[in-house]
Amino acid sequence: MSNSPLSANRFRLTFGISWLVLMADHAMVLHYFELPWKEAIIDSCISNGLLLLFCLLIMNTLRYYLPQKEQLINIFAWCVTFSIVWLVLTKWLLKLSLGSHPGYAELLSRSGSIRFSIAFLLLGCITMISVLWQTWNMQKEDQSRKADAEKLAKEAELFKLRQQLQPHFLFNSLNSINALIGTRPAEARKMVQQLSDFLRGTLKKEETQWVTLQEELQYLQLYLEIEKVRFGNRLATVTETNEEVQQMKLPALLLQPVVENAIKFGLYDTTGETVIRILTSKEGSELIVKVSNPFDPETSAPKQGTGFGLKSVQRRLYLLFGRSDLLATEAKGNIFTTIVKIPQVSDTSQSV
Amino acid sequence: MGKVVIIDDEMLARSIVKEYLQQHPQLELMAECGDGFEGVKAIQQHQPDLIFLDIQMPKINGFEMLELIEHPPAVIFTTAFDEYAIKAFEAHAIDYLLKPFDQERFDKAVAKWMEQKPAVIEKSTQELLETASHSPSQSQRVVVKNGSKIKIIPAHDIFYLEAADDFVKIHTQEGYFLKNKTMGHFEQTLDEQQFVRSHRSYIINIQQITRIDPYEKDGHVAVLRTGAKVPVSRSGYGKLKAILGI
Repeated sequence: MSNSPLSANRFRLTFGISWLVLMADHAMVLHYFELPWKEAIIDSCISNGLLLLFCLLIMNTLRYYLPQKEQLINIFAWCVTFSIVWLVLTKWLLKLSLGSHPGYAELLSRSGSIRFSIAFLLLGCITMISVLWQTWNMQKEDQSRKADAEKLAKEAELFKLRQQLQPHFLFNSLNSINALIGTRPAEARKMVQQLSDFLRGTLKKEETQWVTLQEELQYLQLYLEIEKVRFGNRLATVTETNEEVQQMKLPALLLQPVVENAIKFGLYDTTGETVIRILTSKEGSELIVKVSNPFDPETSAPKQGTGFGLKSVQRRLYLLFGRSDLLATEAKGNIFTTIVKIPQVSDTSQSV
Repeated sequence: MGKVVIIDDEMLARSIVKEYLQQHPQLELMAECGDGFEGVKAIQQHQPDLIFLDIQMPKINGFEMLELIEHPPAVIFTTAFDEYAIKAFEAHAIDYLLKPFDQERFDKAVAKWMEQKPAVIEKSTQELLETASHSPSQSQRVVVKNGSKIKIIPAHDIFYLEAADDFVKIHTQEGYFLKNKTMGHFEQTLDEQQFVRSHRSYIINIQQITRIDPYEKDGHVAVLRTGAKVPVSRSGYGKLKAILGI
């Protein structure tokens, strides 16, 4: 159930003043036609009082029942009917109270059509205003509902994008721990710790939370340590960064899928040692992170390497910044590089 | 006695299989391999009865490696998480170990292998490989063995395929390679928008066609960029016309 236009203060004031003006006008016109002031005022009060009642009735009805577009013809019919009913009632009441005044009966019967027209116009206006008001309100509600739904869907999608990356890594890590338990229990224990810290990091951080590059790189280090246990000396990493860049901010957990993709691409496309390079820099107001891995240009289709991992990062960047140009890849010689640009948003305390 | 080879790219994953194998003194570990290339060599050299095989490995995956072996030995697959492969295993009732697994589960897999007849195992392995070759990643390329060398041919590098008895000749820039498969296999696995079976014995990469000329009575011939002429049958001509929009 929604409110009528009368619930808005400004409208109520305008409505009241207009009504007083209308009543005064009515009385003055009658006086101009040589009706004494007293009778003119009584006429105006009765006619316009009744009309006011009808207006309120219409506004109130439209609170509960809003006609569809194709039913607007019905509204027109209503207005005509209401105006006729109003005219009959008014005439009857006026005759009853002012019939004794000489010449009044004639004035009344001659002004019937004018009275009807004015009433019809007024009722029509009030109805239109009410319908527009209600429609506008409904649209406003609709929009806020849609915005809410979109926000929920976005959060769910972000959550899902993160979840899908885990199982392969998780089960393989557990398998490595399983192997270490028998032969090197101390290392197994260390890896359990690293894996727990990594998973806790994933759970703790909100998708929309901003962290400094320093924090993100520390978290990434945990992940890289685990991968190094899995792949032994086949995997080496180089990270280049500096003090200034480390204080720049980025959405939490953004880089891990990029690095994961580079590791997979590098390790599964070559058989020798794979060096993953992570280079960070500042360009204008943007944080630039480049992650590169070796690959075999002879056997890899050019499109390969933009697997699920990168698609999800691209989608996330789009959801966060509304831009689709923040992730790029390039292949030079046998090195594949993924470039992520992160615009620095001034208010990073709030979610994006 | 049984000879065993372990093929997995993670050293620790191999070591756990090795550890569990100690409970089976009748099985002798012949070799440990870190990728499919080593795997092919080790299988040729040792002729094992059973292999433990990871699926996701560098360069060529476990399925592609098995395709290169004429009579593959019995396989127990080990994988962490690969929905596509697991579906394929279930479809062909092939046993597999999900990492991490314990000694008990490992013993069960070995016991199951010992019960089965080698001929049955080989048949279901071949069926599994046929299913696996339809996976999206494998339709992008063909893995062949050229003497002792293994060659990965990206699909877009293939000019055309030609039937040759029990083999298919894969024609590329570097000459042709033989693969022990049928034309029907390639017709089904390669991208049908790019590869058209123009003739009972030919499949053409449409990117390579420069023109199609009439040939003899109601036949045609496709002329490729390299100048090679590939026969086009009447029904093949219809298919080519449809896909090229002429």
